[in-house]
Amino acid sequence: MANRAIPGVAAHATTDLPVMLPFNPKAGAHDELLVSRWLASVPPRYVFFLLLLWPVAAFAQGVDYTTADAFVALWRWIPFLTFQGFVFNILISVCAMTIGTLAGAVLGLAHVSRLRIIRQVAWFVTQLFRNSPWLVLLFIVLLAFPFQIEVFGTTIPIPGWVKAVIGLSLPIMANISEIVRGAVQSVPSAQWEAAESLAFTRTQTLWQIILPQCFKRMIPPWMNWYAILTMATPLCSLLGVGENINFTRQAMEAEGNRPELLVPFFGYSLVLFFAYCYPIARATMALEKRFALKL
Amino acid sequence: MSTWTEDQPIVSIKNVRKAFGTLEVLKGVSMDIMKGEVVCIIGPSGSGKSTLIRCVNALNDIQGGSITVEGQEVHTENLDKLALRKKVGMVFQQYNLFPHKTALENIMMAPVKVLREDKADVKERARELLKKVRLYDKEDSYPGELSGGQQQRVAIARSLAMRPDVMLFDEVTAALDPETVKEVLVTIKDLAADGMTCILVTHEMGFARELADHIYFTDRGVIVEHGPPDTFFDNAKDPRTKEFLDQIL
Ligand SMILES: Nc1ncnc2c1ncn2[C@@H]1O[C@H](COP(=O)(O)OP(=O)(O)OP(=O)(O)O)[C@@H](O)[C@H]1O
Ligand SMILES: [Mg+2]
Repeated sequence: MANRAIPGVAAHATTDLPVMLPFNPKAGAHDELLVSRWLASVPPRYVFFLLLLWPVAAFAQGVDYTTADAFVALWRWIPFLTFQGFVFNILISVCAMTIGTLAGAVLGLAHVSRLRIIRQVAWFVTQLFRNSPWLVLLFIVLLAFPFQIEVFGTTIPIPGWVKAVIGLSLPIMANISEIVRGAVQSVPSAQWEAAESLAFTRTQTLWQIILPQCFKRMIPPWMNWYAILTMATPLCSLLGVGENINFTRQAMEAEGNRPELLVPFFGYSLVLFFAYCYPIARATMALEKRFALKL
Repeated sequence: MSTWTEDQPIVSIKNVRKAFGTLEVLKGVSMDIMKGEVVCIIGPSGSGKSTLIRCVNALNDIQGGSITVEGQEVHTENLDKLALRKKVGMVFQQYNLFPHKTALENIMMAPVKVLREDKADVKERARELLKKVRLYDKEDSYPGELSGGQQQRVAIARSLAMRPDVMLFDEVTAALDPETVKEVLVTIKDLAADGMTCILVTHEMGFARELADHIYFTDRGVIVEHGPPDTFFDNAKDPRTKEFLDQIL
């Protein structure tokens, strides 16, 4: 029996009003690209000036151990901090993003399920992980997961970084879920009806008509969350995962923990993260602009 | 399995009641439509015209009465939706074309994806349909690149690609500017001339008078008056009909 309420979609289901445009671009309300917008708004020349400023700031602190010494120390550590530290941050972010995206897509589509109970569960899970502090999620995963699991008699250890990936993928999943839900619901319900009257089933409609229409619009917010995730990977240092920040601290310790080291060493981390995330943010905003124009 | 024959109504609406929550929109509506007939439903805004025709292809459910299409009950638990929607095509006021597909793809999509017909055959048919709605040169245009009237004609072709026996039109010219209204009406006229059974909700009185075999006037969820166009327009009996016609003509 046909029921007009399209589960999870009918939120704005006024159908034959002439004012209905093909899309409801602001269906998501708040500025979901805030971080990227902010990051991308930094003009490139500021970045250049800041880089110049960095040694100067370090110089201001020096008494007997000079800036030069600190930078020489940094120079020695750069390969280690970069290729064993930062590369690992990227690895964690890529893994967490992959898992988070897949799980988030499923969770997002569950928001438009025909079954009410599935919609409610999806809503609850999304809200739970979207609104929990990331660090709390990380610690819960750290403590809740065993150090090793037994599969068919073989013991497989679960290293800390795997837990970190799982912990970080949870909030990503929830936020991707929101992106998918928002995108699907921004397609007017008239599209569902048109498809229905052409004998498309719900699943066919979703995959062949609704998702292709809103796929592009999901890319900028998705990239935005990737940048956020990458910037959040240093949280893993608190779990003892060997990544950039953790190694930076270790390196400074090896150099005698001098206060002069702080600015060059953490400054270098900042440069790395910025260098990685800044282009992503610029690209996100460029894509956002392009898709907003075209549609 | 259907025992329907062409001397029986192709669409039979019997005492249909429909409510949205506590709002009663249809309060016992009946009409019989024979194959090849063109029926116009007119009436003031909010009188339930859209709701009624949406019940015919099960976009809306009903609370009472019955609707049959070619003898098949529409509002039953074991409705074969695919079969119903193959038989009944629908065109909307807002065209509702798929914006990410070209005109030709819009037309081909349902036969290929839903009916799993051969793509080459469907393409040929889609081209013919575009020709029929006088848009053969627009097959590669996206809906966003077409005018309202052109979009609406593509929407009609899209519906026809399913080879329906009955077409429902819900104020399909209401969103168009006056010049383009005509091109869509001409398309519908062609269809009617080919013997398609058409149920139209419309405000185009001249068109209704010229084309319709039967006119129904609805108000507040009931059919107030109905009859062949000449009788209906010239000798309306009910005061509500008269008032409506006075306002609109
Ligand atoms: N999905 C819905 N939920 C609740 N009420 C609805 C819904 N659809 C229609 N209605 C109500 O049902 C009544 C009849 O609506 P309907 O769209 O059938 O009128 P109409 O005769 O087509 O009017 P118009 O000429 O303006 O298109 C209206 O009062 C409308 O508000
Ligand atoms: Mg209407």
